[in-house]
Amino acid sequence: MTEYSLSHLKELEAEAIHIIREVAAEFENPVMLYSIGKDSSVMVRLAEKAFFPGKVPFPLMHIDSKWKFQEMVEFRDNYARENNWNLIVHYNKEAFEAGVGPFTHGSKVHTDVMKTQALLEGLGKYKFDAAFGGARRDEEKSRAKERIFSFRDKFHQWDPKNQRPELWDIYNARVHKGESIRVFPISNWTELDIWQYIRLEKIPIVPLYFAKERPVVNQDGNLIMVDDDRMPKEIAEKAEMKMVRFRTLGCYPLTGAVESEADTIEKIVEEMMTVTVSERTTRVIDFDQDGSMEQKKREGYF
Amino acid sequence: MNTENNQSISTVNSPNGETRGTLDINTYLDQDEKKDLLRLLTAGSVDDGKSTLIGRLLFDSKKIYEDQLSALERDSKRMGHAGEEIDYALLLDGLKAEREQGITIDVAYRYFSTNKRKFIIADTPGHTQYTRNMVTGASTANLAIILIDATKGVITQTRRHTFLVSLLGIKHVVLAVNKMDLVNYDQKVFDEIVAEYKSFITQLDVPDVNFIPIAALKGENVVEPTTLMPWYHGPSMLEFLESVHISSDRNFDDMRFPVQYVLRPDLDFRGFSARVASGIIRKGEKIMVLPSRKTSRIKEIITYDGNLDEAFPPQSVTITLEDEIDISRGDMIVYPDNLPRIERHFEAMLVWMDEKPMDPNMQLFIKHANNTTRVRFDKIQYKIDVNSLQKSSVNHFELNEIGRVVMTTNKAIYFDPYKKNRSTGSFILIDPITNNTVAVGMIIDKLSAEDLPSKIVDEKTLEANKSRIHKGECLISDAQRQKRFNQNPATLWITGLHGSGKNELAFTLEKELFDAGATVVLLDGSSIRSGLSNELDFSPTDRAEHLRRVAHISKLLNDQGIITICSFITPDESIRKQVIQIIGEDRFKLIHMDATIEFCKKNKPELYEKFEEGLIANLPGADLQFFPPENPTLLLKPENRATNTKTIMEYLADHKIFPIV
Repeated sequence: MTEYSLSHLKELEAEAIHIIREVAAEFENPVMLYSIGKDSSVMVRLAEKAFFPGKVPFPLMHIDSKWKFQEMVEFRDNYARENNWNLIVHYNKEAFEAGVGPFTHGSKVHTDVMKTQALLEGLGKYKFDAAFGGARRDEEKSRAKERIFSFRDKFHQWDPKNQRPELWDIYNARVHKGESIRVFPISNWTELDIWQYIRLEKIPIVPLYFAKERPVVNQDGNLIMVDDDRMPKEIAEKAEMKMVRFRTLGCYPLTGAVESEADTIEKIVEEMMTVTVSERTTRVIDFDQDGSMEQKKREGYF
Repeated sequence: MNTENNQSISTVNSPNGETRGTLDINTYLDQDEKKDLLRLLTAGSVDDGKSTLIGRLLFDSKKIYEDQLSALERDSKRMGHAGEEIDYALLLDGLKAEREQGITIDVAYRYFSTNKRKFIIADTPGHTQYTRNMVTGASTANLAIILIDATKGVITQTRRHTFLVSLLGIKHVVLAVNKMDLVNYDQKVFDEIVAEYKSFITQLDVPDVNFIPIAALKGENVVEPTTLMPWYHGPSMLEFLESVHISSDRNFDDMRFPVQYVLRPDLDFRGFSARVASGIIRKGEKIMVLPSRKTSRIKEIITYDGNLDEAFPPQSVTITLEDEIDISRGDMIVYPDNLPRIERHFEAMLVWMDEKPMDPNMQLFIKHANNTTRVRFDKIQYKIDVNSLQKSSVNHFELNEIGRVVMTTNKAIYFDPYKKNRSTGSFILIDPITNNTVAVGMIIDKLSAEDLPSKIVDEKTLEANKSRIHKGECLISDAQRQKRFNQNPATLWITGLHGSGKNELAFTLEKELFDAGATVVLLDGSSIRSGLSNELDFSPTDRAEHLRRVAHISKLLNDQGIITICSFITPDESIRKQVIQIIGEDRFKLIHMDATIEFCKKNKPELYEKFEEGLIANLPGADLQFFPPENPTLLLKPENRATNTKTIMEYLADHKIFPIV
C-alpha cells in the first residue's frame, strides 16, 4: 500500500494554500501585505500556488517607510515587474514630506508614523476588508497566541483577550462593515521551515540576506549599515567594512546585521541551526519596552 | 547534552572545520525536508509541571535560542516562581496580563523539531473555565499528553482532560506521570496511577493509550531514557513522540472534496479548488456532485508543481472535470457509490464557546465543509458535566458547557459522523449579530427514526402552547354531521410504491364516492408538495414532516365529517405510526397497493430512470427501502384494477362508513 503521508513542508504548504483560498472566497476585497522580506516572498509564492493556473486574484501592497534598504526597493520593483504582480506601494506622504525618520524622531515615532499609521492609511484608502501578513507564531511570544484569522475592529485594533475561537480548519470570516481581518497563512512555519522552503522552491530573495562586505556602524551592539547619506555624518564616519548579512529586513537604521560568512542558503541554514541568537533581536523596535510587540499589535501594527 | 537530533549537525559543525561544507548540509537538508509533522496537545496545569515539560522538550532539543534564555534569566529574577533555577514556564507564557497572573490563559502554539519530526505543540490551560481553550487546541492535534502529578494521582482534572480529548477524537493519548522525583521514582506509585487511569479510560473511545513516568524539572525520561527508573523499559517522552505512527489516522476511505473556490481565470478553464477532506481522489474516476447529483469524471488534478494522478488529505489541489457542470463553493464532489449523509436534521455534541449564554430559540449560522447556512436548535438532549460525566437536562448552555443537541439546517448539508470523519463531521456556529464564533460541534449522525421532526419539540413548549389555546365550542354535533352526509368520517390512506397505481385508484375511488353522494376530499403528493410542503425535500426526515402535515389536514376534515382519500408512498412503519397517532386508529384505514418494483418501473419509468442517471435520490424501492405494512385494512393488487374500487366500496358499506343507510 502506498503511504499517504506528506512531509512537514508540504503539509504546511497545503494548510497555507487552504487559508489563502478561503480568504479569496469569503472576502470582497483582500490584499496581501508584501514586506519584501523572506517570509513575504514565501507567502507570495504560496498565493501563486493557490490560484495556479490562474493569477492571484488580489493585489499586493507594500507599506514603504521610505527608510528601507535600497536593495530591497530595487528587488521589489524588478521582481514585481518580472512576475507581473498587481503591486500597490503606499507611504505616509504627509509625514515623509515633514521629514520623519528614525535619526531625527527616534525609532518609536518613526515606526508609529511611517509603518503603523501608513499601514492603516493604506488599508483605509482602498477599503480592504482582509489583509494577509507574513507573521509567524515562533517569532515572538505574543504572536504565539494570535489566531490565523485575526479579527480587527473599526480602528484596526487587536484585542488579545477577546479573540474568536479557531478550531479545525474552519475559519470564521464574518465581519461587519468597516471591520477587517488580518490573516496569517504561515503562522505555523518556523524560521527554519521558511529557509528550507526557499531552498526547495528556489524562491528569489533580497541579496541582503547573504553575507557580503558591507559598511556598518556598531550602535549599542547593533551593526547598522550605512545605506544612504541620510545617516548623520558623525555616525556614518565610524563605519567599517565587515562581512555581514541580515536575518530580517526592515528600515535600515533599525535593522542590525550579524557578522557572517554565509553566502548561500545552505550556509545560512547551517549557521542558523548552530547559532544562538533568535531573529527578532536584530530588530531594534522590539526592545522599546517590555511586551512592546503586543502593545504595537493592539494598536494595529502587524 | 548531545541528543540524537543534533548528531548530524555536530558533524557538520565540528570544531576542526574539516567536515564543514555545503555537501553535508545539503544532504542533511534533503533529508530534513522530508520529515513529517506531529501536532500535539498538552493538557494539565502549571502545578503539574506542564510548562516545565514543554520547556524541557524545547530546550533540550536545542531550540531555545540564547537571547531568549538571557531575557529569561532577567525575567525569572523579577517574577519567577522557581527560586534560583530557570523558570521554563516563563519562556512560554506569552501575553503580559497572563505573565503577571502566572497562568497561561489562551492556546499558545510552540514549535520544535528533531531529526525525525517537526512538532507543533498546542499548549492549553487546565482549569474548567478554560475548557473552550483546550477544545480549541485539541481540534487540530493528533496526540495528547495528559500530565498528572505523581504525588496526587488521577484527579478530577485528569478525567476532564481525557474526556475532552476523546470528545475531539484524538486517537493517541500519553499519560505523563510527572514529578516521579518526589515519590522516589517508585514503581508502585506509577503502577497504581496507571491502573486507576486505565479503568477510567476504557469507558471512553481512545484507541491508543500510553504511560510514561517522568520528572520534568530534572529532565528525567523527557529526552534521554531514564537511568533512575530501571523498572521502566519503555521509550522516553521524546523518543515516543518521534516514533508514534500517525499517518494512518486520517480517513483515506471516503472521498470528500468540499469545493472551496471556483477557479475561472478565463472562459476556457474551470477548476475546482479544495483541500481533500478525506479519501483518495483519482484522475479518471467517476464522480458525483452534490447537491445537483450530476456525474462526470476527474480530468486533471492540478498543482503548481505539476499534475497528479491522485491526491489525498490534507493536500490542497485544483481539479477539472470531463464535463461542464455548474458547481459552486460549498458543493461537494464524491464518488457515486460512497455518499455522505445528505440531511437537514442531525444530532451533534456542542461546546458552547461564548460568554453570552445560548438562546435556544435563536437562528445561527453554521459553517461546515465550506458551506454556510442558517441553523436552529430543535432539542437539547442533555448537558454533560465535564468533571463527573453525569448527564442532566437543561434548556440552554452557558460558556464551556457541553451537550447533545438536535439541529435543523435551512438547506441540506453533506456530512459524515465526526467519529468517522473529522473534516466533514465538524462545524462552527456563528452569531449573526455579533459575528462571534459562539459554539463548535461534532456531528454524531442523522436523526434516528424515533426522533422524527414532529417530536422535536420539547414537552414544556407543547404544554405552554396548549394552555394558550382556547378551543372554540362547536355547535354542530357528530350525529348531525352523520345525518347530513350519511357517512362516518374516515381516512382512506393508500400506501404503495411510486408507479403502483395508487393515484389512479385514488382518483377512481373519489369519483365513485362522489357519484354515490358521499362528501369526499382527495389529498395527494403533488398537490400538497406544490404548496403546503413546498420547502421540503424527499429525505426521510422531510418526508416525515410532509406526512405529518397531511395527517393533520386529514384529521381536520374527518372532524368535519368528511371522508378523505390520501395517496402517499409512506415507505415505513414509523412514518405510518406517526400518521395513525394524529388521525386516530378508528378512523385510519390503510389500503396497500401491493405492486412489484418491476411492475412499477414499467408502469411509470420516468422517476426510476432519473434515479438511474443519478439525478434524484431518496426514491423508495430504489435507494430507500419500502417496508410493506404488516396488517393493512385492505390489500390490493394492480392486476385487479377492474375490481379494486368495488372492493373498497363494499368495505365502506359493510363498515357503515358510507353509506350509513
